[in-house]
Amino acid sequence: MSVTEMFSYIQGFLSADQDVREDIRKVVQGLEQTAREILTLLQSVHQPAGFKEIPSKSAKARELFCSVRTQLGELKTKFPVEQYYRFHEHWRFVLQRLAFLAAFVVYLETETLVVREEVAKILGIEVQREKGFHLDVEDYLAGVLIMASELSRLAVNSVTAGDYTRPLRISNFINELDSGFRLLNLKNDPLRKRYDGLKYDVKKIEEVVYDLSIRGLAKEAGDQAQ
Amino acid sequence: MTTTRMPVVKKTSEGCPRRNADAAQESSSPVIAAFKVFQQELDTKHDKHERLVKISRDVTIESKRTIFLLHRVTSVPNADNILKEAEVKLDAVRQKIGQIAEELRGEDIFQFHRAFTAGIQEYVEAVSFLHYIRDRSLISLEEINASLVFMRAEKVEPTGLAEAPQTGGQVLTFQVTPSDYLLGIADLTGELMRMCISSVGNGDIDTPFQLSQFLRQIHDGFSFIGNTGPYEVSKKLHTLRQSLGKVEDACYALRVRGSEIPKHMLADVFSSRTTLPEPEEGIV
Repeated sequence: MSVTEMFSYIQGFLSADQDVREDIRKVVQGLEQTAREILTLLQSVHQPAGFKEIPSKSAKARELFCSVRTQLGELKTKFPVEQYYRFHEHWRFVLQRLAFLAAFVVYLETETLVVREEVAKILGIEVQREKGFHLDVEDYLAGVLIMASELSRLAVNSVTAGDYTRPLRISNFINELDSGFRLLNLKNDPLRKRYDGLKYDVKKIEEVVYDLSIRGLAKEAGDQAQ
Repeated sequence: MTTTRMPVVKKTSEGCPRRNADAAQESSSPVIAAFKVFQQELDTKHDKHERLVKISRDVTIESKRTIFLLHRVTSVPNADNILKEAEVKLDAVRQKIGQIAEELRGEDIFQFHRAFTAGIQEYVEAVSFLHYIRDRSLISLEEINASLVFMRAEKVEPTGLAEAPQTGGQVLTFQVTPSDYLLGIADLTGELMRMCISSVGNGDIDTPFQLSQFLRQIHDGFSFIGNTGPYEVSKKLHTLRQSLGKVEDACYALRVRGSEIPKHMLADVFSSRTTLPEPEEGIV
């Protein structure tokens, strides 16, 4: 094979690779749009009026996840299943976003931490790589951390809206999350950097709880901070 | 885990939330249990990554040593010994790549690509250098991958029988990606440029012209690919142009002044691309 032939072959390969990535990008754009819609919907719970509407908002969000499942189903068809990590960078951001949104919905519904399997089910994808398009554990964890920031904001806004017990529950939740994360041996990668932000969320929520308790505003039995 | 939720353990004791969370940890709540699983998963992945990095480092070192060895062919009369020794070294490197293939068995190779890409590029550089010296041609990706086939015994209990490899043998391959191949070849051009300069210094006036033609073809190939390749290629293209320039200048100088400059001074002529000494009067 001559030099020219060799480079011709390589060029063919690179060109095909670019085409696949173009296809993937188009589907990911659609996913990002849907993710924005779900986010806009859920952001409204921060409004004073929004707290009462939590059940209806999370129900509506669940409906929007139907579109997500369809779009992810389409994404799966754009590349060979065993090359997930070759193209992973294209959807990593939006998948983390979707994991966050799924975790947030479940939190609003149940005030508990969604398990990875449930997130995968909401998104219509697998948990294990061998079974197909899956949710990488680091993407799940990144989504959880994004939610932690959202909850620190929710703690602040629930006080403003007059709900003085929610911050205490959020505080317990975040502290347990923090304990969990401290078990992980993280390398100096993006997940580690994101985890470093968790302590600020913890601190912010602690301050909210402190503000409530010194003023005697939190009087629920068993949830008292002092 | 079949449940969809992990209840926060309700506190019955007083105390700050932090202390209660620690109590939750001690009582091994579902959240903590889940994170212990994540810890194991992440540790396993990181450990494999580290093992691959170590093997890749060995591949890099041995490949570089092979390249240094191969440069000596221009200065010795009998190149065959060097070529044989280089072949032996590269066989050892291939065994290391076999270990990489072993680690990647059952994995998505792209998940760990960053761990071993540097070593593989260095190997491509070394093996293509050897191939050029022997063959005066560019080794193809197919040829490289054809030699990265390994026989492994299946992962079953050892039978201790001599014919076990036939019944339980498994073929393991490592496929160099077109992208890694491209980057290795880009680095090869630097070595070819060095070989050109040193061959001139040793009085070999044929090699520079062959190299010039070969390098030009490779450079044209890279220009054809442009920036549709991995972004590192664009960076290496700049170096490639410089290498090609040096080689073309060497050929020019040889053509113009080869008859008038003693061989042992030719090397000095090409040490700098921009400066050329004045021809000395009266030198044969």
